[in-house]
Amino acid sequence: MQVATEQGQARDAESPLDIRGLTVTYGEKPAVFSVDARFAPGVMTAIVGPNGAGKSTLLKAALGIVRPVSGQVKAWGRPIAAGRARISYVPQRASVDWDFPTRVIDVVLMGQYRQLGLLRRVRTRHMEAAFDSLRRVGMDGFAERQIGQLSGGQQQRVFLARALAQGADLYLLDEPFAGVDAATEKAIIDVLKDLRSKGKTVVAVHHDLGTVPEYFDRVLLINTTRIAEGPVAGTFTQDNLQKAYGGRLATAQMSALA
Amino acid sequence: MLLEALTLQLGYNATLVTIGAALLGLAAGATGTFLFLGKRALVSDAISHATLPGVALAFMAMVALGGDGRALPGLLLGSAISSAVGLLCVSALTNRTRLSEDAAIGAVLSVFYGLGVVLLTVIQSMSSGRQAGLESFLLGSTAGMLWNDALVIALGGALVLALVALLRRPMTMVAFDPEFAAGAGMNVHRIELAMMGLALAITVVGLKIVGLILIVALLIIPAVAARFWSERVDHVVLLAGGIGGVSGYVGAAISATAPGLPTGPIVVLVAFGLFALSLVLAPGRGVLAAILRHRRFQARVHVRQGLLALAQGQPIYEPLTLRLMRGRGLIRADGVATKAGRAQAARALLDERRWQLLRSDPAHEEAAAHYDGLTPLESVLTPDQLRALDRGLRPGDVQAGALQ
Repeated sequence: MQVATEQGQARDAESPLDIRGLTVTYGEKPAVFSVDARFAPGVMTAIVGPNGAGKSTLLKAALGIVRPVSGQVKAWGRPIAAGRARISYVPQRASVDWDFPTRVIDVVLMGQYRQLGLLRRVRTRHMEAAFDSLRRVGMDGFAERQIGQLSGGQQQRVFLARALAQGADLYLLDEPFAGVDAATEKAIIDVLKDLRSKGKTVVAVHHDLGTVPEYFDRVLLINTTRIAEGPVAGTFTQDNLQKAYGGRLATAQMSALA
Repeated sequence: MLLEALTLQLGYNATLVTIGAALLGLAAGATGTFLFLGKRALVSDAISHATLPGVALAFMAMVALGGDGRALPGLLLGSAISSAVGLLCVSALTNRTRLSEDAAIGAVLSVFYGLGVVLLTVIQSMSSGRQAGLESFLLGSTAGMLWNDALVIALGGALVLALVALLRRPMTMVAFDPEFAAGAGMNVHRIELAMMGLALAITVVGLKIVGLILIVALLIIPAVAARFWSERVDHVVLLAGGIGGVSGYVGAAISATAPGLPTGPIVVLVAFGLFALSLVLAPGRGVLAAILRHRRFQARVHVRQGLLALAQGQPIYEPLTLRLMRGRGLIRADGVATKAGRAQAARALLDERRWQLLRSDPAHEEAAAHYDGLTPLESVLTPDQLRALDRGLRPGDVQAGALQ
């Protein structure tokens, strides 16, 4: 018994993101209700659930972007504020105004705000880091481009480059594959797999059930409450999907997936 | 007369006002850019209208303490406090209730302004104090501007500019992507409050010259005008400062040329003039440039369609297409293709066939994304890739193109 507790604590300290009893409401209606989620280090986890299931809200609340009603969030066993420098967040592409007067390179440099601070000059090493991030997503030819001239897939890659420029250990992505072309999807998944191979942790809200087994190691199924969490093989089952989606998923789709 | 005004030769008061208005415009333009980019432009309207009760209450307090109630620093302090209360009301209504920000702005703006007008009426009936001229804060009044007043404006403006320079990075990040900024650990709410606090400072500093009703124009119009000229935040901020400064300087100079010309409204009209110029003339985002760009694009579409029709032996009916193709020497007056026309038509057809082939092949998806009906494939693929692609064409296509 004693041993088991100690092991539990050791695992706690290692989990890059540990969410306990998280509840978020908009008005009186809960968007996320008492969700526990402990994301495993060094693997890729998909957060899956129907529309309005609270997937994005879960990420935002974990980061403190929206204020939860209750719940605890820890990063590497410590309060989230202490781990923030090691966490990168990629918001949904649609959440910003792409007519904003800024260039691709400026957006990526925003990822280095911790290094630049209020007044430090942008030096060669900052530019090199930014260009390196752009190269990794295949956008280094677009550095001077105004962001409004990019296609949806290119915008998503720029967002990912900004997150890479932060040099974090935990990457939280909100629907990174939504509305992007196949070439971008491949570029993004390659970058994410590369991050995993370097021991980084990736958590992505994902909407395309068909690619879950191919892309991810683990899956968290939620629909306001937590439905199931675990390795894709044992968790991403027809039974659990039925529980998460209810009648919203046709039986034919289900059997195609399982 | 105007030349003398612009070279600051119309006397002491006019010179003070002109320099003061230029500094105010500079600081207001740079500060307002962040409000505009963060889509919070109208918050400044609530802030400025919320100054009025503060002005009135400060007057009453100073009279009660035995003064004549018209010391500018006291009145500005009062206006700053009441507009800060107004700003916090907007912020609290937006964050803590289900009211949207526009509704909160409307409520705070009208209630504070109404209260201010009531207090002004009360002051009119007071027996002590020199109440005349208090309502000049509504539209600004520069007639009796003193050295000290100008100094308050200059120092206040410089302080605001320094803070804008200090906070430009976080303010830009919050304006562009507040969620990312919050995820990176920034206190978004506090940065937004700081941004609006700077607008508040501009409002207070500008009460004397422009007045509380028109200060919004000086915060917003320069930023909107500057946006037409640049796609970079830092440039937009500098340009907006420049446009605001020029508006202040020229506007104040014009108003000094004749007695009774109000400074504030003329400054705003000059700013509007610069905005109108930008709207029409700016390259890229300006109206004129957009029209020209559209017409050029339309011409390219028509010529391309005409060439494809020629190559496939189809008749061309559209008058614009015929006119454009005649103008380019592609067809003769009677509609028959010239030699150059036939050559270009064959090339256009080959290009189109290549594109069709490319777009039907998933392996070329990235290149296929460049398709817009006009871009020649030669500019997308390397010669080697083109040759590889041509192997998939039907034999007739390549020869038809190569022969020309």
